[in-house]
Amino acid sequence: MAGATNRPLSPHLQVWKWGPAMLVSILHRVSGDGMALVGLPVLLYWLASLVGGAESYAAFSAHATAWYGRVVLIGLSWAFFNHMCSGLRHFVLDIGAGYELTRNAFWSVLTPLIALALTVLFWAAILLR
Amino acid sequence: MGNGTSIGKVRGLGSAHSGSHHWLMQRFTAIGILLLGLFFLAAFLQMPNFDYKTVHDWIVKPLPATAAALFVICAFWHARLGLQVLVEDYVHEHANKFAVVALLNLAAVGGAAFGLFAIIRLALGA
Repeated sequence: MAGATNRPLSPHLQVWKWGPAMLVSILHRVSGDGMALVGLPVLLYWLASLVGGAESYAAFSAHATAWYGRVVLIGLSWAFFNHMCSGLRHFVLDIGAGYELTRNAFWSVLTPLIALALTVLFWAAILLR
Repeated sequence: MGNGTSIGKVRGLGSAHSGSHHWLMQRFTAIGILLLGLFFLAAFLQMPNFDYKTVHDWIVKPLPATAAALFVICAFWHARLGLQVLVEDYVHEHANKFAVVALLNLAAVGGAAFGLFAIIRLALGA
């Protein structure tokens, strides 16, 4: 932006329709920035509670297994799987593949669905063992 | 920084004169997070429970501790790069953008340092 305030904006801010690729892009940003802003503090809290000893780890576990902790952790695991899947999609796009309209739409629909399935499988494995 | 020839464009990295390094580091750290993340997922799924003793005795071992340290480095680096893009997209005023990116650098380096300190303390048994 080099200091200028009257730079042109993208045209047609109101004229567009939803496509699956837009949803994947938005979910990639939401899940990535969500993990950065929420997940990394939780990671540090977890590590710090381990350093603090059995008592402080028990306090972490109490939060983690309470309903709000479950919501946060399930959300973070979804964010991880979603960001991983759409990140892998980005690697494919980075090599110049997958831009054909039908193929791009196909993987754009599939990516968040695979992420949801992985999230469900992960928690099923954790909770049902 | 010529714009006339192809090699000039590569040397000048286009009109912004930067960005390729950011783009590449985002990919390199992503690969690190992918491999280490799958390592931790597999480890968590194999743990009989998440009691203090189970988790503590696992993470103090050399391989998990090293993986955790590398994960902290990759994750905070990658998060810093991703949040920088968020800031550049939504914070338009020049001084505000500079201030937010400066704060972001403090948070990312501080967070990574704290995480590494915690892991080293665990691994060395202090």
